[in-house]
Amino acid sequence: MSLNIPETILGEIRAQGEAAYPYEAAGLLLGRAAGGQKSAEAILSLANAREADAQHNRYLLSPQDVLQGEAEAAKRGLDVIGVFHSHPDHPARPSEFDREHALPWFAYIITSVMRGQAAESTAWLLAEDRARFLEEEIVTA
Amino acid sequence: MATIRIPTPLRPYAGGQSEVAVSGLTVGAALADLTQRFPPLKQHLYTDTGELRSFVNVFLNQNDVRELGGVDTPLTEADRLMIVPSIAGG
Repeated sequence: MSLNIPETILGEIRAQGEAAYPYEAAGLLLGRAAGGQKSAEAILSLANAREADAQHNRYLLSPQDVLQGEAEAAKRGLDVIGVFHSHPDHPARPSEFDREHALPWFAYIITSVMRGQAAESTAWLLAEDRARFLEEEIVTA
Repeated sequence: MATIRIPTPLRPYAGGQSEVAVSGLTVGAALADLTQRFPPLKQHLYTDTGELRSFVNVFLNQNDVRELGGVDTPLTEADRLMIVPSIAGG
């Protein structure tokens, strides 16, 4: 399984993580999905709706923002195909909290931001039984 | 019958449909009808103890049902439900 994403878009995601540091950045991946293959074409950064003292390791995109994000995607002729968020000073590996709150089918991009600098970016898909994530290859162009 | 809008990530579990007609006199009954017709949806909407997952929000005609009567909120045939996930993690 892989996720296609232009270098420029991945760069934007990583820059969002650096800008939000030491807090978590988060937003939506917009793109297209065909035959199980997802291709990102844009991102939509959204406000982290968690309380301020939790934002260093938690993010929340409100249902209202998610609805607006879907409307924006539709306006651009795209779908919401996933979510990006950052892990300040933590590895780019999904946490148990990530797993508990994940939706199936979505591509989840996680970027580790170490001392303010974007490090590894990884992509994940929730397994069908919700028991774990499956890592996807990020294919840039 | 009322209709339920299915969010994109759950559509593969609802036969690929974005809108599903459901029967039921309440929000809870409509959701039960939905998961009875599409059993794979259930684990993504409900916890093991049968409660709606915290990130699953249900809107009735633009109103969050938590601000109405919750799953006991009555439905009419003209009503449109939307399942809108909060997206969370960390």
